[in-house]
Amino acid sequence: MSKFSSKKSKEIPAVNTASLPDIVFMLLFFFMVTTTMRDLEMLVGVLKPKATEIQKIERKDLTTYIYVGTPNNTESYGSEPRVQLDDQLGLVSDVQAFVILKREEINEKERPKFMVSIKADVNVKMGLISDIKQELRKAQALKVMYSSSPASSAEDLYRSM
Amino acid sequence: MARNKRATPEINAGSMADIAFLLLIFFLVTTTMDVDKGLAVRLPPWSEEPQDESNDIREKNIFVVLVNANNDLLVEDDYLSIDQLRSAAKDFIDNNGDGTCEVCRGLQLPSSSDNPKKAILSMQNDRGTNYSTYVTVRNELIAAYSELRQDLALRRFGIDYTDLSDESRKEINAFYPQIISEAEPVKIGG
Repeated sequence: MSKFSSKKSKEIPAVNTASLPDIVFMLLFFFMVTTTMRDLEMLVGVLKPKATEIQKIERKDLTTYIYVGTPNNTESYGSEPRVQLDDQLGLVSDVQAFVILKREEINEKERPKFMVSIKADVNVKMGLISDIKQELRKAQALKVMYSSSPASSAEDLYRSM
Repeated sequence: MARNKRATPEINAGSMADIAFLLLIFFLVTTTMDVDKGLAVRLPPWSEEPQDESNDIREKNIFVVLVNANNDLLVEDDYLSIDQLRSAAKDFIDNNGDGTCEVCRGLQLPSSSDNPKKAILSMQNDRGTNYSTYVTVRNELIAAYSELRQDLALRRFGIDYTDLSDESRKEINAFYPQIISEAEPVKIGG
């Protein structure tokens, strides 16, 4: 044995870091693929309601979001719930044109899958939501999702009401 | 050894990890992984004239859920709390009054729905109802259908509804089609 043992082997060998770039690159690609750049500044505060019967949005790129909630900047915009379309506050009467415009942007073949996700705050009154729904019906955008966060159980849901 | 020295030297990959880490941290910070989820509904098409009140639907086939501006429920002329709504809706859908539904296990009351294909859950809210209440009520109505479908899936195929193939799922959906209608909201209070 002593024939093969060299002086070097008595020291603690350095950890082989050759595979470190591979590992890091793997993580990097994972995050690159899953990342979505936050390109939207939220002008209204939205706390989503809870629900148990929720479904995932199938195609994010075919979905348009409408945010409804109390403006963050209450000094300029007041404390009444407002509608946010893309990066500005709009009126309910703008919703129809906005949704039609968004639908025009997507490929004609995939337009039947077009969907509108309403992200509304729990404290918004249904009057405003109903008006938005009417606008969506006028725009023939009939697939609608009420964005909600998952509730752990039905009891949890009743308590939050 | 001497021959090896003449070959092209290896590129120093020591800094590769640093570069990759830098990119990794950038994407870690900018990433948002909120998968958007929610209750999927289908709105009725828009029509200028008010909905024709067709009377060919018998009143006993409609399960009326009213929500007022104080977020109280009135279900079939009874005050119910939200945790009672799901089972009430299930009893109504599964009632099978005319006996044509061979998979139903309802009580066959003459005053409740004929069969699940005719049963309609109708929901109407006030303009002052809270959005969270609306979503919860809507959630309960959808849940009533999902629970009935799940029961049937277990009885018929012995597996969960979510694990079924598309054809089997269609078969079950045919027994329990999801019919939820929404009336225009009223403005009483709020």
